[in-house]
Amino acid sequence: MNLDYLFDGAHWDFASGSIPQLIVSHLWYVLLALALGTVIALPVGLYIGHTGRGSFIAINAGNAGRSLPTLGLLMLMVTLLGLGLLPVLIALTVLVIPPILTSAYAGLRTLDPGVVDAARGVGMRPMQVLFRVELPMALPVLMSGFRSAALQVVATATVAAAVGLGGLGRLLIDGLAVNDYSRVLAGAIVVAVLAVLLDLVLAFAQRWIVSPGLRASK
Amino acid sequence: MITYLSNNSETVLAALRQHITLALIPVLLGFLIALPIGYLGVRFPWLYHPLINVAGVLYSIPSLALFVFLPVILGTKILSPLNIVVALTIYTVALMARTVADGLRSVDRLVTESATAMGYRRLRRLFDVELPVALPVILAGLRVATVSNISLVSVGALIGIGGLGQLFTRGFQLFYIEPILVGIILSVLLAGIADLIIVLIQRAVTPWTRVQRSRA
Amino acid sequence: MITFDDVVKVYPGGSTAVDHVSLELPTGKMTVLVGPSGCGKTTSLRMINRMISPTSGRVLIDGKDIAGQDEALLRRGIGYVIQSAGLFPHRTVLDNVATVPVLLGKTRREARTAALSLLERVGLSAEFAKRYPAQLSGGQQQRVGVARALAADPPIMLMDEPFSAVDPVVREGLHREFLRLQQDLGKTIAMVTHDIDEAIKLGDVVAIFRQGGKLAQVGTPQELLTAPADEFVAEFVGRDRGIRSLSFDSAAALPVADLPGTLALDEAGRPTGWLMESGQVLPTGGTFTAADSLRLVTDLAISSPVGIAVRVNEEGKADGVVRHHDLADYLAARRAS
Repeated sequence: MNLDYLFDGAHWDFASGSIPQLIVSHLWYVLLALALGTVIALPVGLYIGHTGRGSFIAINAGNAGRSLPTLGLLMLMVTLLGLGLLPVLIALTVLVIPPILTSAYAGLRTLDPGVVDAARGVGMRPMQVLFRVELPMALPVLMSGFRSAALQVVATATVAAAVGLGGLGRLLIDGLAVNDYSRVLAGAIVVAVLAVLLDLVLAFAQRWIVSPGLRASK
Repeated sequence: MITYLSNNSETVLAALRQHITLALIPVLLGFLIALPIGYLGVRFPWLYHPLINVAGVLYSIPSLALFVFLPVILGTKILSPLNIVVALTIYTVALMARTVADGLRSVDRLVTESATAMGYRRLRRLFDVELPVALPVILAGLRVATVSNISLVSVGALIGIGGLGQLFTRGFQLFYIEPILVGIILSVLLAGIADLIIVLIQRAVTPWTRVQRSRA
Repeated sequence: MITFDDVVKVYPGGSTAVDHVSLELPTGKMTVLVGPSGCGKTTSLRMINRMISPTSGRVLIDGKDIAGQDEALLRRGIGYVIQSAGLFPHRTVLDNVATVPVLLGKTRREARTAALSLLERVGLSAEFAKRYPAQLSGGQQQRVGVARALAADPPIMLMDEPFSAVDPVVREGLHREFLRLQQDLGKTIAMVTHDIDEAIKLGDVVAIFRQGGKLAQVGTPQELLTAPADEFVAEFVGRDRGIRSLSFDSAAALPVADLPGTLALDEAGRPTGWLMESGQVLPTGGTFTAADSLRLVTDLAISSPVGIAVRVNEEGKADGVVRHHDLADYLAARRAS
């Protein structure tokens, strides 16, 4: 086992199957799944958190989602829908939904009820309460849910390669198939670095969008 | 699906047995290792942030990569179940060490202070007061670790040992939906049962969390 | 006796919390440490059970320096009560109270039996024994906190703002019960509060701290009210300290006049009200006995519809009255002497 594969300049030219190309396709799956998952989970989580209706779903979504084996789901989707981006995207999106839904719910539920009360007291309408008070205050919790979803998807997107798609999983699967451990190591390192970098970017985004007033109390 | 099950009951049962072993041994090992590590993160506050950062990085290594690498590092055979066990133990430690530290940190300072003031020494205070009070948080983390372990085991099928995951790869190769469905259902069921067992244990050992708050 | 001998505490970072404090807390008495926030009162309290160690100077209990003693053993011999009680949420009320005896090696059963009678002592019936702290009100939790501190029958008790987390009505009740309890037990108590009224009400001795960890004045409540050492103490004990100092003067020596004809009595001789010229009967608004304080008499005289306070004997029979101008003369003469 060595780092030859990772440091071989030829693997960094932007060509089909090269490391940069695999990073791009990997990120593409990750971003699509995150976007799709957020569009689905955020409104539902906010609705449940704001109204308190259906709390049961939000509380249990996390563990239910975690218990679904991603590999099984992926292979099921491919068997049902055939090869392609769609089955992979469905499997990864299912992975993204629970943490975002749960954190949106928890973010709203753990707010100081006095603040929400005060917002209503000064005459805000329900939607104003949600978007001007509850959501900004829930952002720290919400963002931590989003970050853990991102971490999971970056790591799990590697299994897309098991059903013939691209992404950094190719280095793992192909390396394994030909006993090229240097290639496997390259894949693992790049994925881990990618995960850490993405988390850093999200951490900066969090600092930028979360009010400093909420940070001070932490 | 019923026909598939009755024709392949032995394969399925063997896969299930392997799945249970591969998932639960790491939960136990990981929990036991995480307890002292998490405690150190609280005892020495400067250790806390390095600890959760290392845990975060460990957690971001794709499971498939870890499964593949461990044989090279440990010198085990690629098909040895030990690889899966060690990999999942690492994940469990990464998850639980933070949970243990957070649980211990969540104990009300007034409670630990009054314990100290009553004459508890550090170690006894840890076992008599801090750990029991932190138990709800710690067990919540254990639920997460257990459920994720159970679903992660199947990824091992990509390298040949993955409990119910082998049903996925088999179905995928044969383009045959039944084994995949059976595998998913059994895996989810297993996770649900394990989760339920921990919840029941939690109810039994932390009765004070369920009392209704009467403010008379 | 607890002795502070020229104690200084400087925190890392250079802030001085306690600045050359020398103080004696007499055995069997309640000493209240009071002052504005950041005056070093809590730091001083916590040096008594070595939760904090002094930077220089010594703290002695019955003449023995505590610095050399085993921390845990020292603390097991000192009861400790804090704000909002700090009860163990995972233990029942009974097991909370039994904590220190168990630490001291008693069997759980012995400790529980003793705990049960202690609960009664602080005014909690046996039905509370099996509850968890979360099931109690703030006042009840505080009682459990006191019972837990008393469980090993320590000669010394430390109390850090023990009554500040409960509402005023409950606090009033806890004060009364606590004074009664202390009368029975005669513990050496050090209590911290920021509430000067509480200090004056509960303390045998009150030590007033000022910002910067300096001791401003030590004395009985009466001494502080009548002879504040400086502007700071005078300001701190409050504007109506003249009236409040009357709380410590007995009405026994106060001369009374004969009952006037306008005081209506029942068959037993108990006062029922004042007969007004209009034919109305107005309530007396209360009576006093010779054992009550001058403050009560003053209050009664001022608030009475006719300006007269009524004294009664033990059976409740009216045996004299005090008119408010006579009271004013008495107070003036007393000051002159």
